[in-house]
This record gives sequence, structure tokens and C-alpha cells, in this order.
Amino acid sequence: MPASLVKPGDWITLLGGAVLVTWLGLTFWHGGAADKALIRSGGKVFREVSLSRDAVISVPGPLGVSKIAIHNLQARVASDPSPRQLCVRQGWLKQAGEIAICLPNQVSVELVGSRRTYDSLTY
Amino acid sequence: MTASRIKLAATREDRHVARMAALALGLAVLEAAIPSPLPGVKPGLANIVVLIVLARYGWRTAAWVSLLRVVAGSLLMGNFLAPGFFLSVSGALCSLLVLGMCRHLPARAFGPVTHSILAAFAHTAGQLLVVYFWLIPHTGIGYLVPVFAAAALLFGTVNGLIAARFLNSGAQAGLPVAANPVRSA
Repeated sequence: MPASLVKPGDWITLLGGAVLVTWLGLTFWHGGAADKALIRSGGKVFREVSLSRDAVISVPGPLGVSKIAIHNLQARVASDPSPRQLCVRQGWLKQAGEIAICLPNQVSVELVGSRRTYDSLTY
Repeated sequence: MTASRIKLAATREDRHVARMAALALGLAVLEAAIPSPLPGVKPGLANIVVLIVLARYGWRTAAWVSLLRVVAGSLLMGNFLAPGFFLSVSGALCSLLVLGMCRHLPARAFGPVTHSILAAFAHTAGQLLVVYFWLIPHTGIGYLVPVFAAAALLFGTVNGLIAARFLNSGAQAGLPVAANPVRSA
């Protein structure tokens, strides 16, 4: 292929296009980057905390106190009085839309981003 | 009874535009036969003709060819005034707009490949805007944006290379050339 098919500026355009596609991919596919954790207790919003600061938040429920840990832009239920510990074993929540629900203690923590994403719960 | 007769005087330029549009139309019909995994992801082969026309005869002629291709194509495929038609129109208009701006790029550094890539992105963007604001106003469309953008980059590059090859070969092979090329500013 003769080199003159692609002019110097064309390479720049190609590169720019590749950058654009990558950026779009990151924005639209991992755009679910969460920036806040929405903690609910008894169906009501207990607190809305930013993920940028590490913290441990104690949330009272009917069975006792659930502890929500926030670390490194992630959140998890660190401890919970529920018998089966499902929400604790769910581990770290990373993406917006992810949610851990401790049903017995009526506590939930949900990650939200700038854009609401859809999953089976919010759809 | 006298038959009323409407006579349209077709200039040499008209015929030339029609020939180019017919060529683009042929490619569009050909491409319609290619199965696509996702509606809207198409090579856009007809745009090769538009790119060549743009380089040789200017933007005005390219706009004629592109829009004639869209209208005639929709008549052939039977989706005139259907949603797909408006998608084609918005895509074509956006890419023509961008191609119009491309003319101001220094020709020494930027060739048909650049024109093609930029036009492909504009085409996709125009279509997605219509899809989002009219057909499917749902943010779920966003998930498809990177796919469409990647397709635009890929097919834009390939079409641009093909057009560049045609233009480089300089030969009039394949493309009918106006005996009296119209230079629009």
C-alpha cells in the first residue's frame, strides 16, 4: 500500500478516533462509577455518604446495629446482626447500581453514580 | 387532446450527479444484502462515492449525490419516510456538515481517510441523536454508543482508504468523469 494513501494528519485523526472510542467505552460501559453510597434503614434514607472518604457508619435497625464500611471508593456491610449474613458475604460493592440488602435488619446500602443505571431492581 | 408535456432540461452536471448517485445507490443496495449483527452497523460503502465526489467536484456535488442516494435508496428499500429513512437523512446531513468543515483542513496533511473517519463519526452521532430524541428516549442506548463509535472508526478508515486509493490511482477507471468537471468553490 503506498504511503501516500494515509497522510500525516490522517494518523492524527485515526489516533483521535481511537481515543474517542476508548473514552466512549470507558464512559458508557464503566460510567457506572459510583460516587455515593445511599444507606437506607427501615425503608427510609438513613444517610447519603460520599465514597471519597473512608468511614464506618453504624446504622440502627430492629435487630441491632449494622456497620457499613466505606473504603477506597467501595462500600460493604462490615457487620450485621442478621442470622444468615447474606449482605455481609456479598462483599465490596464497586459499581453504581450495586446494592446489598440486610433484610432482617431492614438495612440496605446502594451505590449511586452521577447517572442512574438500570438493573433488575430499579428497572 | 393534447398531451401536456413537462420538459426538464437536464444539464451535463445534472446527469453527472445522477450517475454518481446511481453508483452510490448500487453500493447501498449491495450492502443492504450484507447481514449485520446490530442494526445500524453497516460499512457505508456508498460513502466511498461521496468522498471521491467531494475530492474531485466539491462539496455541493457531494451533497447532491449523498442526499439523492438517501432518498432514492429509501424508495428502493421501501422505507421512504419510515424511521430508518430519517436516520439516514440525519446521518447524511451531519456527515455532510462535517465534510463541509473538513474542506478547511490543510489538504497536504489531511486526506480522504480523515474526511471519511470524521464523516463516519458525524453520521453515527446524527443517527444516535435521532434515535435518542425521537425513537428510543432511554439511556440504555448509551450502552451501544461505544459499539457504534468503534464501527464508525473501522468502516470510516476502510472507506477512506478505498477512496484514497481511487483518487490516487488518478485513473478514471470505474468512475464516470464529467467531461466538464464542475468546480464548486
